[in-house]
Amino acid sequence: MSMAEAAIELQPPNTIRGVWAALAVAAVALALGPLAGMPNFVQALVIEILIFSILALSLDILLGHTGLVSFGHAAFFGVAAYGLGIAAGRMTPELMVTVPVGLAAAVLLAIPLGWLSIRLSGFYFLMITFAFAQMVYVVAFRWKWLTGGSDGLLIPSATFLGLPALRSRETLYYTTLAAFLLSCIGMISILRTQFGRALAGIRENTLRMRALGYNVRRYKLIAFVIAAGFGGIAGVLNSQFNLFIAPESVHWTQSALVLVMVLIGGSGYFLGPIIGATIVILLQHWLSSYTEYWGLVLGLLFIALISGAREGIAGIGRQLWSRLGGRQ
Amino acid sequence: VLEFIAIQGLNGLVYSMLLFLLALGLSLTFGLLRVVNLAHGGFFLMGAYFGMSAWLLTQSFWAAMLIAAVGAALVGGLLERLWLQRFYARAELDQVILTFGFALVFADLMKMLWGKDIHSVPPPAAFSRSIQIADFIFPSYRLLLIVVGVALFVATWLAIEKTRLGALIRASVSDREMVGGLGYNVRFLFTAAFAFGTGLAGLAGLLGAPIIGIFLGLDFEVLITTLIVVVVGGLGSITGAFWASLLIGVSETFGKALLPDLASFIIFGVMAAVLLVRSWGKDEEQVE
Repeated sequence: MSMAEAAIELQPPNTIRGVWAALAVAAVALALGPLAGMPNFVQALVIEILIFSILALSLDILLGHTGLVSFGHAAFFGVAAYGLGIAAGRMTPELMVTVPVGLAAAVLLAIPLGWLSIRLSGFYFLMITFAFAQMVYVVAFRWKWLTGGSDGLLIPSATFLGLPALRSRETLYYTTLAAFLLSCIGMISILRTQFGRALAGIRENTLRMRALGYNVRRYKLIAFVIAAGFGGIAGVLNSQFNLFIAPESVHWTQSALVLVMVLIGGSGYFLGPIIGATIVILLQHWLSSYTEYWGLVLGLLFIALISGAREGIAGIGRQLWSRLGGRQ
Repeated sequence: VLEFIAIQGLNGLVYSMLLFLLALGLSLTFGLLRVVNLAHGGFFLMGAYFGMSAWLLTQSFWAAMLIAAVGAALVGGLLERLWLQRFYARAELDQVILTFGFALVFADLMKMLWGKDIHSVPPPAAFSRSIQIADFIFPSYRLLLIVVGVALFVATWLAIEKTRLGALIRASVSDREMVGGLGYNVRFLFTAAFAFGTGLAGLAGLLGAPIIGIFLGLDFEVLITTLIVVVVGGLGSITGAFWASLLIGVSETFGKALLPDLASFIIFGVMAAVLLVRSWGKDEEQVE
């Protein structure tokens, strides 16, 4: 049984109106937060959750919506941040320059890597994306004069049209929120087009799609590049949040963490990765102050989820909803 | 130069043999059970810790070897019986997640039980000296490991290709339902194969301890290299696992000595290249 088939059970339900409503409520609440005196550390937490939500959503374009299990998604997240950081350090901190450079780095890396990776499926796709991401990690770790090696790279504070930009927590908060909402709108729109339907078709039955005359590889490649692009957006935001980038952000453990977010939240449900990112980030912050056995908690969570609730938390919510008499 | 090649070559062979013990178990498990066991590195480290504790109690390396292999095999058998068996009908990704969950749990349990220090076990007294071959001096323990690895390869190959049990295993690899239908106890066969594989991993953990030590994080390190070996060798193939262990083990050892910056880049590159060559001109579902 291939991994693509794993996603078959995960039919994304036709609850697009519910998704919009949930996003709108969350957006309004989050937008009002700082005005209502949201403490600084909560703002930082929200920023981090939103960044990782974009990253998890972008991975789910491959995992939940196309049926490709990528184990190297952090590569694009990190490369975008490196691209931005290097441009900011060596050329100009102007966002009009650095952001396109960062996004271009992610997309330009994704084209050849995706072109090669999509020749494989299932476990082999997982392994080759993993291999490529680890190669990126080695480059980030060893190419010292460009990336700063294991010390990482300090990213100079940004300017926008020559003026200092994103210097206060609030502006970064609202910028991240706006980027998050635009990314959500972008991804939902893409998934609802003919193209998005074709991806779902590939996930459900690749052979049939090929027999119908679809160029399956081209669709997969475009999905791969789009996912990398949105991953790059998350990376660019993260570089502004931390003003620092280190090889750890392209390490396989980072890729695994994003995969964890998607799986815990519920792959294939649009809100799933967002829920998963929220839970994982909160758990990470909360548990790491109590215990060093963070892996144990994560592992038990995995075992419990896979043994009990195959579709993640979004899946549990949906079951409850239909049991309570809600519409399917 | 000659000395460098001889020493690194020997080290590469030793490392290859440890990799082979790991890859053999992982490959066999995959071939039979169709499960990619990401907890395999955990069994390696677990075996090393079990063996170390046994060694501290008895001061006997042979007792430690026994405990390492039997302990890891027992845990493996239990895992297969209690959890994995219910997942054979599930998707590949489910099994990957499940075993990855166990890998994380094992890692933290070992941190709790044995702490964060780096440990080691000395080689057995009978093999603590060095042997001179031509102009070179080799530690005899390392030579022993090479012999053990090759012997195990030959024994497993013969067992699988020439015995009745081997025939049963090969039959189960190609069609497990049919073998079950013929009245054989496939469930038991699977548990035994899984326990055998994890036992080998545990044995490798202890055998490697005098050379590479025992420390946290080693489980994921060896898991990654073993996955590479198994993918390069072809999932489910024992001969493939042997040659791939040699290729990856020797090239990583020389890579680390000559180009320390690029060693891991090279082995990941080798894996990617092998996968791509194997997939060229095929649809992505046909790659084996």
